[in-house]
Amino acid sequence: MLQSLRVLLRKEFLQISRDAVIMRMLFVMPMIQLLVLANAATFEVKRSRLWIADQDHSVSSRGLIDAFLVSGRFVVVPETGGLARADLALQAADVDMILVVPSDFERDLVRTRRGNVQLVLNAEDGAQAGVTQGYATMILANYAATLSVRLMPAVTSVQSRAAAVVSTRDWFNPTLNYKHFTVPGILVMLVTLVGTLMTALNIVREKEAGTLDQLNVTPISRGVFIAAKLLPLWCIALVELSLGLVIARFVFGVPMHGSLLVIYVGAGIYLAAALGVGLWISSVAETQQQALFVTFAVLMIYTLMSGLYTPVGGMPGWVQWIAQINPLLHFIALMRAVTLKGAGFADVSRQLLALTAIGATTLTLAVLQYRKRAA
Amino acid sequence: VTTVSRSSRRSALLAFMRKEVQHILRDRQTLTILLLLPVAQLLLFGFAVRTDVRDVRIAIIDTAPDAASMMLRNRFAGSGRFRVTHVLPSGAALAPLFRRGAIDVALQIAPGLGHRISDGQPVRLELVADAMDPNTGTTMRRYAQAVVTAWQAEVAPTTGRIQLQSQVRMRFNPTLESVNLFVPGLIALILTLVTTLMTAISLSREKERGTFEVLLVSPLRPWQIVVGKVAPYLALAFLNVLSVLLAARLVFHVPMRGSVGLLLAASVLFSTVGLALGTVIASVTSSQLAAMLAALGGTMLPNLMLSGMIFPLASMPMPLQIVSNIVPARWFVEICRSIMLKGSGLPILWQELAILSAMLLVLMAIAIRRLQVRLD
Repeated sequence: MLQSLRVLLRKEFLQISRDAVIMRMLFVMPMIQLLVLANAATFEVKRSRLWIADQDHSVSSRGLIDAFLVSGRFVVVPETGGLARADLALQAADVDMILVVPSDFERDLVRTRRGNVQLVLNAEDGAQAGVTQGYATMILANYAATLSVRLMPAVTSVQSRAAAVVSTRDWFNPTLNYKHFTVPGILVMLVTLVGTLMTALNIVREKEAGTLDQLNVTPISRGVFIAAKLLPLWCIALVELSLGLVIARFVFGVPMHGSLLVIYVGAGIYLAAALGVGLWISSVAETQQQALFVTFAVLMIYTLMSGLYTPVGGMPGWVQWIAQINPLLHFIALMRAVTLKGAGFADVSRQLLALTAIGATTLTLAVLQYRKRAA
Repeated sequence: VTTVSRSSRRSALLAFMRKEVQHILRDRQTLTILLLLPVAQLLLFGFAVRTDVRDVRIAIIDTAPDAASMMLRNRFAGSGRFRVTHVLPSGAALAPLFRRGAIDVALQIAPGLGHRISDGQPVRLELVADAMDPNTGTTMRRYAQAVVTAWQAEVAPTTGRIQLQSQVRMRFNPTLESVNLFVPGLIALILTLVTTLMTAISLSREKERGTFEVLLVSPLRPWQIVVGKVAPYLALAFLNVLSVLLAARLVFHVPMRGSVGLLLAASVLFSTVGLALGTVIASVTSSQLAAMLAALGGTMLPNLMLSGMIFPLASMPMPLQIVSNIVPARWFVEICRSIMLKGSGLPILWQELAILSAMLLVLMAIAIRRLQVRLD
């Protein structure tokens, strides 16, 4: 039995390595996609375009505008005009935010110690608008503190002692580099795509060519046959993951705070689950076209419900429950925890457990399904 | 053959179209997929793709609890956005909690909070956010800061200091719902699937089987063959737009501030671009599989990634922003969002519509050329 497994494995490896198109699809395409997607798939908020409607033209209002300028978070659009024109520009998405400084801004500041400004944001993309508003509020608070010191030093020195000192820290990604967050996840997604698709197409192709029937009449047992099909792709996927990790480290500078051992143990289990899904697709599909369609649908659900691009915590509770059966969700969480947080086996035990359960279930289901079809 | 009259050609076209419709209707499996997939995708997108930050899990490190620190804790518990999952005596357990992903934010309160406030001494608080995802991380930290600021204003009012207040207006999407952003974009994805992918497959199947050559020697002109092939898909695409708009309205309450007529007209224009693209793909590829891969890689992926549908274009590096200009969905997504969320009309959208029309003309020219070459 071991002998036949060895022979079959050699055949599979030879078959894959001889096909130049498949080799390219396996190793070159995903790496190019990783480089492009890591740049495209970002919710990073770059500089927002700011339209300034200064109706006050005072020293204080100019100081406020300067505060916005030096923050580096905003670029002021050169146009000026009435609020109606500003709103049109907002609608045409030529500006992201309008800052209205009303005409009695400085007068109110002196009289009541309160200044009122208006922020109008294009909130089509609510998350981006929220981040932009956060920056604006921060600038306003800082400018208020500056004004306090300048306009009423006596009051401020007494008051400042009583104020709370809130220091803030951003752990695990102190430079707030978006790519450090997305690259490990995208890499997992690409390895999954290739692994699942290759498994799904591999066996269907044998079906289409009629060679599957030939294999079925040989003395090879089904277990050996499936192992011979899955093992090479499992190895290839691991090699691919390694390649991607090298790119992540040296091209994108993604840190590796944890141990590679945790990642590879997780990857080994995860890939068994992912390839199990591919095997299931290949036993259900009759043609390569069907296999492709099903793979596409499965991967789409995988990706959207994995927390790869959008936080899982944002989904409604019942969707989060359903998402728990998605192996991609657990492995992406594991990858991020290990690379960025330095998590060890104990920290990711929940993910490892979930992956093992999902892997065992999908492989069993796939083999059962395969038996039924072949019988 | 040259004396085939115009009217008989027209009736041949009608007969051909009827045959195509029957083809589609008979393939129950594919038809079901085409009718159900859009609604399924809408539900998936609407429920799963959300960038809203809510239900933030916070750990509070309260070394020496007193009335003031309890009040601050209650502020977080009652804020509606935070869930206090851990109250710890020291910060030692913080790192493992973060590593396990059990908490999102931590607030460390220095001992003697109440005394310091009553003595008029500065109060020390430290906020730590899990910033692995920079956007979510900073947003959560901002929310936490807002809670602290509100608490501070209550316990230690800073009367006399200058305050700058901002009145914020979130235009076009006041509730900041991400569903409102993603659903209009989804129409582009669905239309691409139904038009480009299906035409590419259907035409290349005829090519693969050799039945396309048979059609070419029929009295039908090449353009009639193509029109007959794609017209049923156009109708299907139109049905899909209607069903998605209805579901968006009923399930997710996505607003419709502009003209439905304009949106439908733009959808037809975009669908036609998709059909022309599918025809071009089918004419340059040799097999069904190649056509399918080209349609997936060449249209679905760019439409998903480079259209601004999920990821804001402004965040991308310049080269990708430039490439995005030739992605038809980039323009259509903008049209959909503008009409639905902003109520924009022709005066604002004519540019996008003109660009789509230009793309249509170019693609049609290429398709016609390729078909003529085949005839020779």
